[in-house]
Amino acid sequence: MEKILEVKDLHVSFDTFGGEVKAVRGVNLHLEKGETLAIVGESGSGKSVTSKAIMGLIPNPPGRIKEGEILFGGKDLAKMSEKELQSIRGSEISMIFQDPMTSLNPTMTVGKQIMEGLIKHQRLSKTEAKSRAIELLKLVGIPNPDTRVSQYPHQFSGGMRQRVVIAIALACNPRILIADEPTTALDVTIQAQILELLRDLQEKMGTSIIFITHDLGVVANIADRVAVMYAGKIVETGTVDEIFYNPQHPYTWGLLGSMPSLDTSEEELIAIPGSPPDLTDPPKGDAFAPRNPYAMKIDTELEPPLFKISDTHYAATWLLHEKAPKVEPPEAIKKRMKGMASSKPTMVTKDGERNG
Amino acid sequence: MGRYIGGRVVSMLVTFLIIASLTFFLMKLLPGTPFNNQEKMSESQIQQMNEKYGLNDPVPVQYVTYMTNLFKGDLGVSFQQDGRSVTTIIGERIGPSAYLGFQSLLIGTIFGLLLGIIAALKHNTFLDYGSMIIAVLGISIPSFVIAGMMQYWVGVKWGMLPVAYWEGFEYTIMPTIAIAAAVTATIARFMRTEMLEVLGQDYITTAKAKGLTSTAVVIKHTIRNASIPIITIMGPMVVALMTGTLVIEQIFVIPGLGEKFVSSIMTNDFPIIMGTTLFFSILFIVVILVVDVLYGIVDPRIRLAGGK
Ligand SMILES: Nc1ncnc2c1ncn2[C@@H]1O[C@H](COP(=O)(O)OP(=O)(O)O)[C@@H](O)[C@H]1O
Ligand SMILES: [Mg+2]
Repeated sequence: MEKILEVKDLHVSFDTFGGEVKAVRGVNLHLEKGETLAIVGESGSGKSVTSKAIMGLIPNPPGRIKEGEILFGGKDLAKMSEKELQSIRGSEISMIFQDPMTSLNPTMTVGKQIMEGLIKHQRLSKTEAKSRAIELLKLVGIPNPDTRVSQYPHQFSGGMRQRVVIAIALACNPRILIADEPTTALDVTIQAQILELLRDLQEKMGTSIIFITHDLGVVANIADRVAVMYAGKIVETGTVDEIFYNPQHPYTWGLLGSMPSLDTSEEELIAIPGSPPDLTDPPKGDAFAPRNPYAMKIDTELEPPLFKISDTHYAATWLLHEKAPKVEPPEAIKKRMKGMASSKPTMVTKDGERNG
Repeated sequence: MGRYIGGRVVSMLVTFLIIASLTFFLMKLLPGTPFNNQEKMSESQIQQMNEKYGLNDPVPVQYVTYMTNLFKGDLGVSFQQDGRSVTTIIGERIGPSAYLGFQSLLIGTIFGLLLGIIAALKHNTFLDYGSMIIAVLGISIPSFVIAGMMQYWVGVKWGMLPVAYWEGFEYTIMPTIAIAAAVTATIARFMRTEMLEVLGQDYITTAKAKGLTSTAVVIKHTIRNASIPIITIMGPMVVALMTGTLVIEQIFVIPGLGEKFVSSIMTNDFPIIMGTTLFFSILFIVVILVVDVLYGIVDPRIRLAGGK
């Protein structure tokens, strides 16, 4: 497999009145050609900041990339000039955002909004760009694209707007698509349809996707690999199977436990106790320790390294150290992992409707 | 849209009637009569004049006569310039006022937009603070103070521009600046707020994520959307402008409508006061309608709602 993007030891901070917010604190990840990598974590864990750093869209001030490399096509995006970044944004790496109600310009027709990128990157004429925009609208499943192309965002429903946003992002056949919680603001049926669309388009266009979500339920449907993020760091990474059937980090257990699962809907959800740490003053040692029922003394003192479980599976928890006591995930979560095994392949059927 | 405008026109007419009646009665409260300041006239002559212009009739009768004539498009004749109709006088006077008004509005809007845009794009920098200091000064210093200071320094001390009168372009510069200052300041502050608001919107991030240059993002996505709400303050702006010209025309001795208006109040020239007031009111009512319609045209969200 070919690595198309590699993020090495990325640190991003925001200088605020309250001090330096260390939003991303040493993220390592890579993306392979044609795959979908899910970045999962509670809100505030630094997922959006990581993706904005890749796009070169960290607002400065107050934000800055303090350290690290973002390697793409042999170049380091973290060190590129704004002009170079502009030629990559929207053409090689694109992004779709969480809220389709606010991510389109209300005073510009959707057609024009799609055409802008085409005119800039592919140097198409206005007429060419317009017919390409119509094709794209068709591609993302918008009926009557010929009339829709000259309508304004408020004339579209939320789901349809997200399709427009996807059309904008895919206009120039980018190699990487970063989707930052693209279904969070949508209702469940529409969510499933958008996921279906993304999978379809990925198959057609061979795009690699970074899919950001706080919902592990969505991950099973779309991702090949998962990176679990907590307090600005990746704490566990592995294939979907490894994360769902053999999770190692107590935080991943927590996420699995708090995930509403379909067969076990009767069962109560187990929320992770406590809340994420203050990133202006992150705790020494393992940032998850204060919320971790299995925390050991060393967790409060020394940050755990990434322990290797398999070639693709790593987790940063001292529980994997040879001297640590053997702990098993809580029974409830183990039961869920089993439940997941039976439900996963049928969670979304061909026509995009959810079972259950 | 057609029905909407129709409804608006009806309410405009009602507004106009109310303004006309109010002005009529308020004017009757002005002390003195039109002719008591002409010392040369004898008591009987004054009586004769009062009779001629119907000023001896009971006020309700005068009111009915006035309103009837008004609907025939007859604003009456000036008491002071015998025989000359109010419409003719307004016609003569409108030129300088309109010129001054438009020139000030144009200059004020352009500079206001520029200052507001710069302030927002350079948010929290020296340029931002500088622009806003100018804006606060522009709003808080009355136009007649600015006018007086310019007359003294630029006009008298340095002799760079004519101090008064209306005889060519250089005569328009100081009055324009005096009036445009407040316009500039108001628009600058408003535009800055709108720009900052738009710059924080998600769709600006979308535009950047497309790889557009910062200039393209600012021009196509930010300035356009930020300037739409400016239209809403154009109504009050035009009022401020009209009242501004009243004073400024007086100060610079410009033969405009404002100067005529003020001098006719001094001489109780009722038809002129009525005529000019009504003229300003119509202008204002029309501006408000135009602003609303324009807003609907520029903002597609409202366009649809209005069209339904
Ligand atoms: N512009 C900003 N200024 C200050 N702090 C920020 C800014 N953007 C993000 N952060 C901080 O960075 C942290 C991570 O945020 P984010 O990446 O948005 O989380 P999420 O995982 O929910 O996407 C949060 O603590 C947030 O407060
Ligand atoms: Mg986020």
